[in-house]
Amino acid sequence: MKALLLRDLMLAFRSGGGFGLGLAFFFLLSVLVPLGVGPEGGMLGRIAPGVLWVGALLACLLSLDRIFALDHEDGSLDLLATAPIPLEAVVAVKALAHWLVTGLPLTLIAPGLAVLLNLPPAGYSWLVLSLFLGTPALSVIGAFGAAITVGLRRGGLLLSLLVLPLYVPTLVFGGEVVRRGAEGMALATPLALLGAISLGAAALLPFAAASAIRVNLR
Amino acid sequence: MSIWEYANPKKFMQTSAWALPWVVGLTIALLVTGLVWGFFFTPDDYKQGATVKIIYLHVPAAMMAINAWGMMLVTSLVWIVRRHHVSALAAKAAAPVGLTFTLIALVTGALWGQPMWGTWWAWDPRLTSFLILTLFYFGYMALWAAIEDPDTAADLTSILCLVGSVFALLSRYAVLFWNQGLHQGASLSMDEKENVADVFWLPLLVCIAGFILLFVTMVLLRTRTEIRSRRLKALLARERVA
Repeated sequence: MKALLLRDLMLAFRSGGGFGLGLAFFFLLSVLVPLGVGPEGGMLGRIAPGVLWVGALLACLLSLDRIFALDHEDGSLDLLATAPIPLEAVVAVKALAHWLVTGLPLTLIAPGLAVLLNLPPAGYSWLVLSLFLGTPALSVIGAFGAAITVGLRRGGLLLSLLVLPLYVPTLVFGGEVVRRGAEGMALATPLALLGAISLGAAALLPFAAASAIRVNLR
Repeated sequence: MSIWEYANPKKFMQTSAWALPWVVGLTIALLVTGLVWGFFFTPDDYKQGATVKIIYLHVPAAMMAINAWGMMLVTSLVWIVRRHHVSALAAKAAAPVGLTFTLIALVTGALWGQPMWGTWWAWDPRLTSFLILTLFYFGYMALWAAIEDPDTAADLTSILCLVGSVFALLSRYAVLFWNQGLHQGASLSMDEKENVADVFWLPLLVCIAGFILLFVTMVLLRTRTEIRSRRLKALLARERVA
């Protein structure tokens, strides 16, 4: 399993494209939004939590189809399915690798982009914490969507159609944590619920994703 | 005699062919009765005027929009557990019907909301969760359309339906969190004191029964069509081999 994780990380770093692309997209989105809505600071600060969360979500979406599609093309997914480790674990490891190369960097650069969007200072730590808790859910849910669409030729668009509705609860709670944090309100409830979604998704969705892969490899 | 006998396509076709005229007749009777009664023989509401009458379309459509997804969930489970093809086809057949009900509920709600709330749309929890439900229906149908092999499609859409149900429920309660509602609460419960007055309630019940049967009619018809097209494909394949 460790070997698989290392292999996925290696591939992500060395093949280029996928890894930096999500971050660049996130950055561009945070630059484009102020250009679109105007430079007025108060308004930017109010919409910043939502914009940052939507941006992180879309940036995550960009690289989802790489989770299984490349392995499916060159046949290594068949090998992984017949390997001695259970397919559920393969899915979990691949989701973890996806999170390490997209979710974690997104979390780390988010405060920098929050400056551009004029997020109130009280919100910074909550932004990082909420992304840290929430982006694993995005990766796991995305891995499930990627598993469903892995056998399809034009899976990319369908993947986003399937995955985005599943992202709704994460987005609602994540945005809520940052908004409340920025306004200095109590935020224990949405934070706990956000963590609950991540844990629940990480515990259950690998099984659904693995069964979808088995169907697709049939 | 168990219920699983109806999972045999032949048995299903026989039974549904026998039942369909009755169901269609009853649907028409109930819908005509309920809608005519509701539209022409009930008084206007003292505050809402005649706009209240959209309730006879809005409430039954909204109920069936949710129940249709529930039915798809059950038939998907049956497909995963027992692998009866009729079950998978019924789920496939129900999705566009459910989507139509969802859209009817959204559109009638908007038409009513314009004069009453002064806006076509508000990000109210109920409205938002219905919008999300439409997205789930779209995704489900798109997945059916995208996969060629029927068994693979049935498997994957069933898995999506199960996972989607959990997330649809989560979204339902997540959006409650973020906005106080503009939409009125339940007014049809059996034990509530604050119910709709009986003059409106009785025709509404007839309409709800009519919509339930309308859903049954549509699903039966569409499932029969699916079974026939499946048979046709099998025949064509056999021709090609011969």
